[in-house]
Amino acid sequence: MSTPPATAAGTAGTAEPGGRYLLDRKGFLARVMLLPAVVYIVALVAVPFFLAIAYSLSDVTVGDPSFDFVGLRNFATVVGDPTFRRALLNTVLITVVAMALVVVLAKVLALVLVQDFRGKWVVRLLVLLPWTTPTSLATIAWVWLLDSLFSPIDWVLRQLGLLEGNLYWLGNEGLAMTSVIAVQTWRIVPLAAVIIMAGLSAIPSDINDAAKVDGAGFWRTLFEITIPMTLPVIAVATLFGAIVVFTDMAVVFVLTRGGPVDATQVLSSWAFFRGIQGGDLAQGAAIALFLFPVLLVFAVLILRSAKRMEVM
Amino acid sequence: MAIVEVRALTKHFDGDVHAVEAVDLATTDGEFLVLLGPSGCGKTTLLRMIAGLEEPTAGDVLIGGNSMAGLPPRARRIAMVFQSYALYPHKTVLQNIVFPLKAAGMAPDERRRQAQWAADLLGIGHLLDRKPRHLSGGERQRAALARALVREPSVFLLDEPLSNLDAKLRATARDDLKLFQRRVGTTTVYVTHDQVEAMGMGDRIVVMDKGRVRQVGTPGDVYRHPADTFVATFLGSPPMNLVRRDDVVVGFRPESFLPKGVADAGAEALTVSFHVHRVEYLGSERHVIGTVEGLGEETRVIAMLPATVSVDVPVERSHEFVVAAGDLRFFDVGSGLRTERQRL
Repeated sequence: MSTPPATAAGTAGTAEPGGRYLLDRKGFLARVMLLPAVVYIVALVAVPFFLAIAYSLSDVTVGDPSFDFVGLRNFATVVGDPTFRRALLNTVLITVVAMALVVVLAKVLALVLVQDFRGKWVVRLLVLLPWTTPTSLATIAWVWLLDSLFSPIDWVLRQLGLLEGNLYWLGNEGLAMTSVIAVQTWRIVPLAAVIIMAGLSAIPSDINDAAKVDGAGFWRTLFEITIPMTLPVIAVATLFGAIVVFTDMAVVFVLTRGGPVDATQVLSSWAFFRGIQGGDLAQGAAIALFLFPVLLVFAVLILRSAKRMEVM
Repeated sequence: MAIVEVRALTKHFDGDVHAVEAVDLATTDGEFLVLLGPSGCGKTTLLRMIAGLEEPTAGDVLIGGNSMAGLPPRARRIAMVFQSYALYPHKTVLQNIVFPLKAAGMAPDERRRQAQWAADLLGIGHLLDRKPRHLSGGERQRAALARALVREPSVFLLDEPLSNLDAKLRATARDDLKLFQRRVGTTTVYVTHDQVEAMGMGDRIVVMDKGRVRQVGTPGDVYRHPADTFVATFLGSPPMNLVRRDDVVVGFRPESFLPKGVADAGAEALTVSFHVHRVEYLGSERHVIGTVEGLGEETRVIAMLPATVSVDVPVERSHEFVVAAGDLRFFDVGSGLRTERQRL
């Protein structure tokens, strides 16, 4: 037991005094660890955001990048455009309907997945797959599923005798919207289900036992105990999903390109078509900025739900 | 009111865990029966099988003479209070209490009246609008009791309902609970690992170990006439002294082991030489720790002298101690079971 002091003395001799304990200082460590996040947010969130605000108040185009202040002219033009109004309406409609479906389906899925059954892990993994697949790739698969001539969905319906000919999923205004909503729902449900599942497993087993002893059946337990107790988690899952759907352009871009005739245009796809493909950076920025107030509200709601979870 | 009876009740969990092994038990009507044992002895599993929360591997549960096999908890007319109280955190105290009535389909104003009655009985009538997180430990426990009481069940099942209270509150809660049970007169099965709770509250105590019942009896019975060495050492603090002598184990309680001359132990008293190692002074009593010589194998034993016995017991010396003949217990060395009285 005489070696340790010798070693300790050895290190003390070679280490620089002062510098030795730098990483023990919380203030210093906190700054070092926060730095990457701050750089990331400034470079990839703050700069583009303020750039977008600046562009939206200018007449910048791809062909003429010189900056001239034009006030709110871009916003006036954009709002006066029927395609923009359609896109705004579509964005809201798709988000609301998809999220309503997500809440119900994810809740059901979560209830199934928390049960004990053989092969639970395989099922959980498969369920999570749609969310882990890149949106654009998954949507390409859907393009085939919804193809106007070779759609397997149509084929199944024909085999069942429910359909003659083809539905032209992406060629018909209503069906195209339905398709976009379906794909959005399909890709958000797994994530929401997993989040809700975490909430369900956090309910103490005593609570479920108490409900059983108190005489509550499945539905009463579901509506009076399980759903109220997981409400904050459901809210977080839904709002997360809503943000993803609200800002997404990949599904619309790959599936319909906003068609037929702008029937499925959403804010982000319209901003892209206008600003990047159309070259009018100023108007594209103005369109994209319409996403901001809604996202701000979502973010505030998420933080509030998270706080309620802490209280429970 | 009802009698709870279990017949050859057995529970094996996955693999080889034998939680409860062929337990036979019956309460009397209105009895306060305590299941007592160390943690992991199967007492909670037994209670959960009576409640219907756990499916027995074998055997039967009868409540009021009817078999409960396959019946869900809600069909058994039981109420249960959990160790954690399991109050619904998002509901107020009132909503918690009326929940079982709502599930039973009672009309709203009738529910309200019944809840008020239960809450007043437990002295939480003024807390009905609070959420559980705004209640103290004692108030939560009473809210959970009110929720159990409100349906006027035929059996109360209580799973360590006092273990989350601090020591001081536990003593008063024990008192309240016992008085309350006597007033409503409902058959109660109470699970605890705390012998003080068991001795103080139980009409009868069921001592369990490793899934089996070791002894059933009144607190006096199990304390004074333990059925085996497990019960003898599990009950009592400090536990019964056990000294091996040939093929028997001689047992005597620390409070029956007194210096010669202090008490009139009678003609047949056993006198032994007690080599004292240490004396612990505990205020109301003294624990004298040492070795008995000449009785059997040299064994470390404890004598408990009440504060009224002021005789001096110097350490590292041998003293003459006596045990009254009637206070000696004998156990078989192999099985640990109580055996016939022997002459020493």
